[in-house]
Amino acid sequence: MMIIIQRVLSLARAAWTAFNRPAAHLGIGFLTIGGFVAGVIWWGGFNTALEMTNKEAFCIGCHEMKDNPYADLKQTIHYSNRSGVRATCPDCHVPHNWTDKIARKMQASKEVWGKIFGTIDTPEKFEAKRRELAGHEWARLKANNSLECRNCHSADSMDITRQGARGADAHQRFLFTGQATCIDCHKGIAHRLPDMTGVPIWTMPDRAAASLPDLHSGQR
Amino acid sequence: MSKRHTPVLLALLAALPLLLQPMAQRAFATDPVPAASTRDVKASGRPAFTGAEGLLVQEAPSMPKDISDDQRRQRNYPEQPPVIPHAIAGYQLDLRANKCLTCHAREFTGDSQAPMISVTHFQDRDGQVLGAVSTRRYFCLQCHVPQTDAQPRVVNTFRDVDSVIRENRPPVGEGK
Repeated sequence: MMIIIQRVLSLARAAWTAFNRPAAHLGIGFLTIGGFVAGVIWWGGFNTALEMTNKEAFCIGCHEMKDNPYADLKQTIHYSNRSGVRATCPDCHVPHNWTDKIARKMQASKEVWGKIFGTIDTPEKFEAKRRELAGHEWARLKANNSLECRNCHSADSMDITRQGARGADAHQRFLFTGQATCIDCHKGIAHRLPDMTGVPIWTMPDRAAASLPDLHSGQR
Repeated sequence: MSKRHTPVLLALLAALPLLLQPMAQRAFATDPVPAASTRDVKASGRPAFTGAEGLLVQEAPSMPKDISDDQRRQRNYPEQPPVIPHAIAGYQLDLRANKCLTCHAREFTGDSQAPMISVTHFQDRDGQVLGAVSTRRYFCLQCHVPQTDAQPRVVNTFRDVDSVIRENRPPVGEGK
């Protein structure tokens, strides 16, 4: 045991010496400019790779996304509408701001885990997790005041005189006063909703009767 | 009858349907409608209606617009489920979620100012009053339907009960 620790320590010491030793053959100009160029290339490469993962084609590269949430989306107004403007996956699920984007990308490493271990690799598994997954997105949009909605739908540009009477009224009373944010009312606008039992403002039929003993089974 | 004629008669009998068929066709022929051939339909690139007249290439009417003016419609008889005076495109209504009730459920009508689902919706089939919407009243679109500006293809001669009663009542001042 001690031997292994000593080995590791000596290796670390050797690495530090090599790292700390002044360059013997390379000039300071080469190192400075070379380091700068290498940095530019690395940074560009990093952002290009990041941009690649921020495309819908990347998202639906996995059958889990293509067959479930993407298939949902195609049925909704956020995919098909009169003017042909549409939202892609990252428009709603990835913040535009750089730090928020990196934070979201780090969270998304959980999705890579899910892909590897097949947590939602069948429609049945996806349906079983639908409420939980939708809940994550509702919580995120509630916490950031529906930021991704507002990337396109700005309250300032919203002409309520062009809206239906009910919508205009609701926006004036709840959105403009800050009482509610987009996601509070507009759930399920890009995907099918999960079982909404227990979600605020969603009413399910009376379940009290279901808990009564089954009169037909004869096992009262 | 001789045995010689029997085969001839049998042959005639067997050929009877073939001989009569052109005659029957002429007798029962319908009006000569210029029916389009399958090739005409394909060339038009439009959907064709089929029916008694055969294939007809006809311009499909445009999709009717949803009525979305929020004006309550008069009911044609007291028991008629009120129609929906707004668009419901994209509303999810299934076992998992009911978009209608996010406004029309009792507890949200204050905020939404929408009409509350009526008291009959809180009863099961035995008349037992429940706290929430009864499962048998949960699927709104079984009875309540949205409206469009589509024109009926058949004239509707429905008259409501009030106009029928009014017509059959003798005018005031007469009688007696």
